[in-house]
Amino acid sequence: MKLLIKGGRVVDPANGLDAVSDVLVTDGTIAKVGKHLKAPEGTEIVDAAGKVVCPGLIDIHVHFREPGYEYKETIATGTRAAAAGGFTAVACMANTFPVNDSRSVTDYITAKARVEGVVRVYPIGAVTRNLHGEELAELAELAEAGCVAFSDDGRCVMNAGLYRRAMEYTLPFGAPLISHAEDATLSRGASINEGVVSTELGLPGQPAAAEDVMVARDILLAELTGAHVHIAHASTAGTVRLVRDAKARGVRVTAEVTPHHLVLTEDAVRTWDANTKMAPPLRTKRDVEALIEGLADGTIDCIATDHAPHALSEKEGEFDQAAFGVVGLETAVAVLLDRLVRPGLLPLATLIARWSRDPARLLGLPGGTLSVGTPADVTILDPDAEATVDPSRFHSRSRNTPFAGWPLRGGPWLTVVGGKIVRVASRRGAGVPPAEANP
Amino acid sequence: MPWTRKDLVSMQDIEPAEITDMLDTAESMKEIATREIKKVPALRGKTVVNLFYEASTRTRTSFEIAGKWLSADVINFSASGSSAEKGESFLDTAKNIEAMSPDVVVVRHKASGGPALLARHLKCSVVNAGDGAHEHPTQALLDLLTIRERKGHLEGLNVTIVGDITHSRVARSNIHGMRKMGMTVTVAGPPTLIPPACQEMGVKVSHRLEEAIAHADVIMMLRLQHERMTGGFIPSLREYSRVWGLGLDRLKHCRPDVLIMHPGPVNRGVEISPEVADSQYSVILDQVTNGVAVRMAVLYLLAGGKAA
Repeated sequence: MKLLIKGGRVVDPANGLDAVSDVLVTDGTIAKVGKHLKAPEGTEIVDAAGKVVCPGLIDIHVHFREPGYEYKETIATGTRAAAAGGFTAVACMANTFPVNDSRSVTDYITAKARVEGVVRVYPIGAVTRNLHGEELAELAELAEAGCVAFSDDGRCVMNAGLYRRAMEYTLPFGAPLISHAEDATLSRGASINEGVVSTELGLPGQPAAAEDVMVARDILLAELTGAHVHIAHASTAGTVRLVRDAKARGVRVTAEVTPHHLVLTEDAVRTWDANTKMAPPLRTKRDVEALIEGLADGTIDCIATDHAPHALSEKEGEFDQAAFGVVGLETAVAVLLDRLVRPGLLPLATLIARWSRDPARLLGLPGGTLSVGTPADVTILDPDAEATVDPSRFHSRSRNTPFAGWPLRGGPWLTVVGGKIVRVASRRGAGVPPAEANP
Repeated sequence: MPWTRKDLVSMQDIEPAEITDMLDTAESMKEIATREIKKVPALRGKTVVNLFYEASTRTRTSFEIAGKWLSADVINFSASGSSAEKGESFLDTAKNIEAMSPDVVVVRHKASGGPALLARHLKCSVVNAGDGAHEHPTQALLDLLTIRERKGHLEGLNVTIVGDITHSRVARSNIHGMRKMGMTVTVAGPPTLIPPACQEMGVKVSHRLEEAIAHADVIMMLRLQHERMTGGFIPSLREYSRVWGLGLDRLKHCRPDVLIMHPGPVNRGVEISPEVADSQYSVILDQVTNGVAVRMAVLYLLAGGKAA
């Protein structure tokens, strides 16, 4: 089983490579990267001229809703959405039903992914039982079962004493805590950002301080315990400033940002479209600028979609009743190629690094590079593809995107997992690589 | 100008000329209330549905009378005791009502944005009769009509709105409407009840009642909801009333021709003293009377009539 990806612009930030090259894959691993490689007998050849060949993109923040909410998304549909969007690996959050707070749920997710998934799936375990924020989940067993991080994402662990214990207890596992930083007493009842838009629309808002207060707390606790804390979906200029200062002091804090927080502001809410409602909420232009700057300078370590599928019925009613969250896997790459890379706000190589090398390092995952001998997870982008976002064509089971109808230039073209081209239309289980455990 | 708008959802959306059209039309409707037979055939054969998801006496009655005086068939639908209680979604209920071919749906909803959602999905006209803390456009129109009647004009007047601005749809609609008509608006209240970035809506903000009302041509007192204490917005009704209540003593420093308004229902003794509510400055009952005329004008224009 051999694959030769010929003549593409190979961008491999982990190896400082950005040149037109060939990539040869044999037996599921990268065999060689170089110019004018010869194709051995029986090699499948992909002509990648004019395309960008990069390490498989990794999304460390998705919600696949299985078990429990299969009407929103399943591991089968979610991984197909991921592959269609150019991702070769995802990490899925614990707020399923039942919550992924025990080994049996982790095992279920892993088994489902092995049978029905088409990209690698890494489970994230809950920090507290049932996400109630009261007692620790069985964290050691979750780590043993293959959870690559711990998070109550969707909720904030408000009890600082308990969160401190979680940080200490998980120290030996080398898996970070991922913080949904939102002070619930400051965000109670809020649907959107607090500011001129919430004032005009008469919707309760939550201030940026609701996030900043918790980011500051988590940084202080990480400093106290020596633990690695990762800030999910950073949305404020304050978070960028706090993380930048903490990193300069040597605190083990990392952060991610979503595509929607990088390109949309609270102004989008004026449409009353519930697909502009998510937690944290869309913020201001000043916040967006700070997030882009933080992503460019490395304060923010990676991009993650926070892919949060919801059924139409959960999004079409009154704004304040609508569910929080938007899908992202199938629009993320195109949105950022078009809105950040094309206007020159972010170099292509940085975008790729923040979506492959850096998340892989952050969670200790295999991949994120095209180094010889590593698993052949490869994403090929077409920088010139033009398409209009059409939710009816999503592979995801849900359609809740704020980007419907956006004309975008550039997007994913081909996804290779473990040396095999992923055909998203493929039937259940066909050509599926197993999810690999933390090496 | 010809009326082209399908819906009346917010004062933020509409043009000053449209406001003038609606006020002029409302003025011409007032005469009907003085007739012995209070009925004109303008909307005969038209159907108006009052879809009320939140308790309301004044506004619903006002729309009902307005529709009936114009000879429309008016149907009242309230969420309690209806399919909404059986779990039917807001949109489903509205679509079911639309399937019965009404011409205008008047909607009151506790959720901000409810009427905008309906306006987007329904082919018939939608009138916002108050949505959450967003807007209450017919209230702003009746307030403008009342002020214009008493003062003869709108442009250049100073209006001070006092109280819980944060949770008030009346304040928001009036701010938009008054700004569009060239009036100066000051909002006053404790900082916890003034929404963030309020100045960006083009108003002045004051945290001292005396200062805020000293030069006002119009003072509009807002109702204080009793549950605001539990949200930590104010410590007690007693303290609120002492600091922000409008009594006769405070009126001494105001203009002699000041108008006192209140959208109702009034908490006598909390935001306004009984003496002030019943004083010669008060136009609170004129507001109610004008409410019917304004709603007649709105129904008439949306259902196809021409502006006066």
